[in-house]
Amino acid sequence: MRGHLSNSSEAEVDLDFTVPEKDFNTAGKGSSELKNLLKRLGVDSDVLRRIAVASYEAEINVAAHSKGGVMKSAVHDDLIQVSFIDDGPGIADIEQAMIPGFSTADDLVRELGFGAGLGLPNIQKNSDAMHIVSERGSSTLLEFFIFFG
Amino acid sequence: MTLRDVVALLEAEVLYPEADLERDVPCAFASDMISDILMCTKEPTLLLTGLTNNQVIRLSDMIDLTGIVFVRGKKPLQDVIEMAAERGLPIISTKFTLYRCSGILFNAGLRSCKI
Repeated sequence: MRGHLSNSSEAEVDLDFTVPEKDFNTAGKGSSELKNLLKRLGVDSDVLRRIAVASYEAEINVAAHSKGGVMKSAVHDDLIQVSFIDDGPGIADIEQAMIPGFSTADDLVRELGFGAGLGLPNIQKNSDAMHIVSERGSSTLLEFFIFFG
Repeated sequence: MTLRDVVALLEAEVLYPEADLERDVPCAFASDMISDILMCTKEPTLLLTGLTNNQVIRLSDMIDLTGIVFVRGKKPLQDVIEMAAERGLPIISTKFTLYRCSGILFNAGLRSCKI
């Protein structure tokens, strides 16, 4: 996983990471570095924790359930937008995936302590807005927004 | 209660020598599921768990953990211990079960963390 930090005209700061499939040595590093960056920018600690938890859950989802993908953060004046775009295989039933306790995690993933079926509910709980675009056989886009104030 | 009290109550082993045992422990949470643990976002929390992989330490980058108690005699590998030491996160290991540890600490006045 490599972080790429840049300034663009749309956001104050952009931060991108790649999230490889089933690489649990590096999974979570993107979220950890995002939190460090936001801490340096002076974001309130409660908001910081919400961003970190939502981002970590989403990053782990990409590592655990997809063929890998990218995590893109756009930090604006008053909010952060974090987007996760993976290479498939897609979510067959998003409504079902949102039910707390529902999980499709395999044995390897469960052995590490994942697969509680709380990933998407935790992202929703900690963010101000979340949306998912996915279908079976295609890539998944998950993004969430959290206001700093 | 301090971490030093927790070490004594659980007859635990401190997993690296520089661990800060004087820090205050206001509350605790016990689970072997990472998403459960991520519900503890409200206050600094002592984590009791049987998970020993590196993601348990990475959790402390996201939420505020005062320390980790590895139960059932489990100990993480050296690289995971080093990850904790780099972060100044105290980690200890006890032979007691998760249930027994929770009972001992609860009886000694350590409350459950808010979720």
